[in-house]
Amino acid sequence: MEFKFTEENLEKINRVFAKYPTKKAALMAVLYIAQEQNRYISHEVMQEVAKLLEITEEEVIGVVSFYTMYHTHQPGKYHLQVCTNVSCMLRGAYDIWNAIKEKTGLEDGQTSEDGLFSIEEVECMGSCGTAPMMLVNEDYIENLTKEKALELIDSLK
Amino acid sequence: MEKIVLPDIENFHELDVYKKHGGYEAIRKALAQTPDEVIDTVKKSGLRGRGGAAFSTGLKWSFMPKTTDKPKYLCVNGDESEPGSFKDRQIFEYNPHQLIEGILIAAYAIGSNNAYVYIRGEYHKWIRLLQKALDDAYAEGLVGEAMKKTYGTNFHVDIFIHKGAGAYICGEESALMESIEGKRGYPRVKPPFPAQNGLWGCPTTINNIETLTNVPAIINKGWEWFAAIGAERHPGTILYGVSGHVNKPGVYELPTGTLLTDIIYNYAGGVPGDKKIKCIIPGGSSMPPLRGDSIEGLRMDAESLKAAGSSIGTAGIMVMDEDTDLVKVLARITRFYYIESCGQCTPCREGTGWMKKILDRMVAGKARSSDIDLVVNVASNIDGNTICALGEAAAWPVMYMIERFRDEFEAVMDNTYVPPIKNKVHSMRQTKITVDRY
Repeated sequence: MEFKFTEENLEKINRVFAKYPTKKAALMAVLYIAQEQNRYISHEVMQEVAKLLEITEEEVIGVVSFYTMYHTHQPGKYHLQVCTNVSCMLRGAYDIWNAIKEKTGLEDGQTSEDGLFSIEEVECMGSCGTAPMMLVNEDYIENLTKEKALELIDSLK
Repeated sequence: MEKIVLPDIENFHELDVYKKHGGYEAIRKALAQTPDEVIDTVKKSGLRGRGGAAFSTGLKWSFMPKTTDKPKYLCVNGDESEPGSFKDRQIFEYNPHQLIEGILIAAYAIGSNNAYVYIRGEYHKWIRLLQKALDDAYAEGLVGEAMKKTYGTNFHVDIFIHKGAGAYICGEESALMESIEGKRGYPRVKPPFPAQNGLWGCPTTINNIETLTNVPAIINKGWEWFAAIGAERHPGTILYGVSGHVNKPGVYELPTGTLLTDIIYNYAGGVPGDKKIKCIIPGGSSMPPLRGDSIEGLRMDAESLKAAGSSIGTAGIMVMDEDTDLVKVLARITRFYYIESCGQCTPCREGTGWMKKILDRMVAGKARSSDIDLVVNVASNIDGNTICALGEAAAWPVMYMIERFRDEFEAVMDNTYVPPIKNKVHSMRQTKITVDRY
């Protein structure tokens, strides 16, 4: 599937270019813009980004595969990320994570067939003082309990 | 106690309120001095970095070359990915203008016209909050080209936010620079140090968010005032992030050298159910864990913690009560470093995976009695053998947790396990040589 940036996004990208002395430095920001437009980073997206930034496709692939926040497959409409690192774990994060796995019938990194949910076990999100927590897309849901998490999933259905 | 970084003033994050309380006066004061005088003030104040290494901030600034035809850069590290650390987001939310003012002063001191604030990608909300504050400051001509007119100076600096994308390693200063350059976050070999060869090969200084937020107060009130707060050799206040088994987890701004027990019991409300503390990590998960029975009288500053066999790190205090399964905790910590290892150096890339495998085996109750020494052996072979400090960060929790809580690990061993002899040559090599050859 061919990918082209929208006019609006091309303008956004030009503003990003102004921030850095090299075009390559804009790569991470441009990938975010592409991901917002296309929902995930496909091979075509990487080709287009490489062309735009005048770098090789390999350099783009290298960056996409290094950082966890770039999706190479389409995530669910609601991407649920549960932190299970120590501070969250001490306050019951694994109960929540297991309950979410059971409720959605998914395993780490999977997306539901209807495309509604995808789940991911993630590392520390800087929410240790309000642990446990999960992210629903961009939003931090803090001071979480198993009940609250399951209720939230029901409300999103 | 007066708070420096997170003062108790309502709506302090708004530009008007910040200015009403003397905001953006410190930069005027700094601009009236020479950069060297500013560096000298910060050096004398004793301010030390709050990002983990506790290095003298003024000294770091003084490393920047005075004469160079290359541009100079300032990077501000808000990657904040250390487990147990959640202080910088409080600054983005409650005191962004003091941070911006600190950036202006630091940029002036080192002679930089471009500053990049690196913020972890998951902090969408906090990036927006800082961007809002930055836009407000730009609109009033407090930052950027318009500075020249506003302050009547020929110095200016632009501040840009660079959004990370979920890699812990980018909190390491050289990986952070690689990431800003649009590459994989691979740490660089040092030397050359960033002050000589940093961002795009130009002189660069990297400071932590909390560190720079302290700077305006030091310029306003003088180094003598700052140096008198808290511990003598590590003055000022620290944002202590308390998490885990406490009644009131959160960020508490207190002077350096505050008693650890004071922070836990008087501020964080003690341990739920009045349980005893089994283990405590005083500075984020990379720092050596301490025994709960060894924290009486322990003060939270760089020197005291070093003497106690740990480190201040990012002052993320993780508390574990007497019922905590430390084998599980260590396995979880090791999983973190296994996932976050960038894969550049073999000891770290392979070693973290081996340690995770062994610790998972312990959690599953299938460990052999030799596994304790094996995992310590792997850890000590990572320690000191990698380009960046992630190697130590992965090795130290394993080495010190086992050293200090060995009985916990011995208790989960499957002592009935007899390793199969698969290879005869191998088994012979293990045989003790009884003949005296000499």
